Amino acid sequence: MATLANDFLGIRSPNPFWLASGPPADKEYNVRRAFEAGWGGVVWKTLGEDGPPAVNVNGPRYGAVWGADRYVVGINNIELITDRPLELNLREIKAVKRDYPDRAVIVSLMVPCEEQAWRRILRQVEETGADGVELNFGCPHGMQERGMGAAVGQVPEYIEMVTRWVKAATRMPVIVKLTPNVADIRYAARASRVGGADAVSLINTVNSITSVDLDTFSPEPTIDGKGSHGGYAGPAIKPIGLHMVAEIARNPETADLPLSGIGGISTWRDAAEYIALGCGNVQVCTAAMVYGFRIVEEMIAGLRLWMEDKGYERLSDFQGRAVRNVTDWQHLNLNYTAKARIDQEVCIKCGRCYAACEDTSHQSIAIRENRVFEVIDAECVACNLCVITCPVEDCITMESLPVGAVDPRTGKVVEGYANWTTHPNNPEVGGEPPVS
Amino acid sequence: MKRELALSNSISTPGVAAGRLPARTCEENFADLRPPLTAHEAAVAAARCYFCHDAPCVTACPTAIDIPLFVRQISTGTARAAAKTIFDRNILGGMCARACPTETLCEQACVRQAAEGKPVEIGRLQRFATDALMARDRHPYERAGPSGRRIAVVGAGPAGLACAHRLAMKGHAVTLFDARAKAGGLNEYGIASYKTVDRFAEREVEWLLGIGGIVLELGRRLGGGLTLDGLVDDYDAVFLGLGLAGVNALGVEEEAAENVRAAVDFIADLRQTSDLSTLPVGRHVVVIGGGMTAVDAAVQSKLLGAEDVAMVYRRGRDRMNASGFEQDHAASTGVRIITGARPVRVLGEGAVREVEFAYTEDGPDGLRDTGETFRLRADQVFKAIGQKLDGSPGGLALEGRKIRVTGPGRTSRKGVWAGGDCVAEGDDLVVTAVAQGRDAAEDIHAALMV
Repeated sequence: MATLANDFLGIRSPNPFWLASGPPADKEYNVRRAFEAGWGGVVWKTLGEDGPPAVNVNGPRYGAVWGADRYVVGINNIELITDRPLELNLREIKAVKRDYPDRAVIVSLMVPCEEQAWRRILRQVEETGADGVELNFGCPHGMQERGMGAAVGQVPEYIEMVTRWVKAATRMPVIVKLTPNVADIRYAARASRVGGADAVSLINTVNSITSVDLDTFSPEPTIDGKGSHGGYAGPAIKPIGLHMVAEIARNPETADLPLSGIGGISTWRDAAEYIALGCGNVQVCTAAMVYGFRIVEEMIAGLRLWMEDKGYERLSDFQGRAVRNVTDWQHLNLNYTAKARIDQEVCIKCGRCYAACEDTSHQSIAIRENRVFEVIDAECVACNLCVITCPVEDCITMESLPVGAVDPRTGKVVEGYANWTTHPNNPEVGGEPPVS
Repeated sequence: MKRELALSNSISTPGVAAGRLPARTCEENFADLRPPLTAHEAAVAAARCYFCHDAPCVTACPTAIDIPLFVRQISTGTARAAAKTIFDRNILGGMCARACPTETLCEQACVRQAAEGKPVEIGRLQRFATDALMARDRHPYERAGPSGRRIAVVGAGPAGLACAHRLAMKGHAVTLFDARAKAGGLNEYGIASYKTVDRFAEREVEWLLGIGGIVLELGRRLGGGLTLDGLVDDYDAVFLGLGLAGVNALGVEEEAAENVRAAVDFIADLRQTSDLSTLPVGRHVVVIGGGMTAVDAAVQSKLLGAEDVAMVYRRGRDRMNASGFEQDHAASTGVRIITGARPVRVLGEGAVREVEFAYTEDGPDGLRDTGETFRLRADQVFKAIGQKLDGSPGGLALEGRKIRVTGPGRTSRKGVWAGGDCVAEGDDLVVTAVAQGRDAAEDIHAALMV
């Protein structure tokens, strides 16, 4: 039987599913419920320095984007770090860790950019018996105006400096949480590594306004008629998270930096994808907020079943297996040629593929008598739009032409691997630059 | 008095009697068959639409309503815009949402029927949208400037109403004649009560007439004061939406027995009765026929408190005009459906007591009796074996026994158009009648404005 046992920076947990720092991990009551439900660990909602706690708005702090049937595509929030006294949080962390020694308890931290402030809080966290700390350099709202959160995470020099302070002040493993609200995530990852971080976790939430109320012309979530950008999370941001994780994993400078994957993980499959892109474990927040803690049962059972089907005994058996397949566009095989194939047996004749292809792609689908939709190989560029619009699973697929076959679109014989770097249209190869 | 009546009779009272069920039970029995969708239900239902290309549901709709567009409009929170999309093609979209056998039209064609056996609930979504717009005070269409042309529309049923509305929109002055005391035709007199509750047919006519430019003249019948020659002389064009006023005969012995009547007359009485516990119905009811009218008569007899109701059709179930949904609905209310039997004799002295049937076989040479017979007890017999035209109006050429038309409703006489059940291409559906009325109006307009 496959095991999901996880060892991340020496922090052991029965499975790789941690609750991310956020509302579900705000206090003892929630965290105990999470552990009872089976979560492998939590990253306790961000603590600030001692003194008057942060305050939150007293109106809606979440906005959302819904898909069909009120499926929550994404949630944004304007909630700040914990609004409860530091001493109370520390006491609860200690109690929880004492009662659940087999689970990972990480404490998220955000204090002003002063070494003393970090030293103070780290000492206090160590006393709780927590397994590690996560530095919140990613919170995009409310805190950065005070020189914290994303204000640090967007400046690699600050990341490096604060990480160095923290590493010097504690023996606990240090995870740096990165904001996606930057042009190139690799700078932040590199700075973390240089500063001595044991790992980075990513992504934090994405700057966003979820919608505008067309009666009041207020952005959502709206507080007394006004709105402020919030952090977007949930299934909608998974592609952004996967990309950023992959960029760090395949960068030689950070390839050995442990990663904790965050961003829209809602199912076992999402988790497996993050792990395949190199993550040592994953963190979940929005899915738990939408469905409650019990979703972890599906995640545990699903991941184990898939691993057993594939013959993987432990997470490390497939961790990072997708990294080598992430490459730059210029290295993609330009001779690879595919064509769409429509399975007439399962086609329900909705014609969405036709509308999409005819209106917005390459006019490669013909309607035959009785609404039989057929791919015109001589036009099809294999763009995949028909596959995407088809409502029936596996009805339309992409089939590659074997080397040696003739592509009816170009009339050329499909050859073996060749990429842009040697393509005749590439000016650097010596060909004529494309006419624009 | 009414109360006493209700208490004195029951489902087992012999003969034909009113008040077999308490008034309240009756009322519940005749509640909306398919209740309106709530906003939430509509959102969920609308989200299932795939917005197909050249959608099969549109092709299946005789009025070609742009269904994917209106469903998408519902899902984006603009039900009133959705209604406009519907009414642009079908001004009686409200009634069609209730009365259409969607299970054999748009919903049968829905690709989700193919995918999952569960089509998008187009009929109920259409009702959701049309209800939203009709609840507004304002009629949603405006008339074009006056054309100076006058058009007579005979018959204020679905075909006539659709024709009149489209003509009025184009600025013509329309006189709409109907033989009955109320407009609406079969919408008012013929459709089962539980499909169109709360006086919907009447309210829909009032709403439709809100366009203006239509003068309604009730109690005016072709052949009874009105002549086609006179109309052709007096008006620039004439549209006939006469329906089928005659009822086919069973062609069996003793048909004249008491309590043997046309199902359409029974349904018309029912539709015009406000307290259904006062409407007499037999203890044993036999309905002869296999179409929607037969189902409507049988089901409603049962709902009025008839102890047993049998619906007898001469061929097999697969040949019945009533849809699978209608058949199931009949069966679920307790109607017994007997197929492969035709009536041969009505028995009884004065009032009917029994009907004798012969079993039939459908062979290559058509239907033939097997030689075996049986009898059903019957205090009341409803004939629902089709209607026919009551004579040829004004010598118009017929096809079969209906008015022959070419193209969009042109009859054999210049200046005279026809549509709905009275024409050879009619198929007993409200939605088809609406399409024919609408298209004839367009053709009339084109002919008059050259």
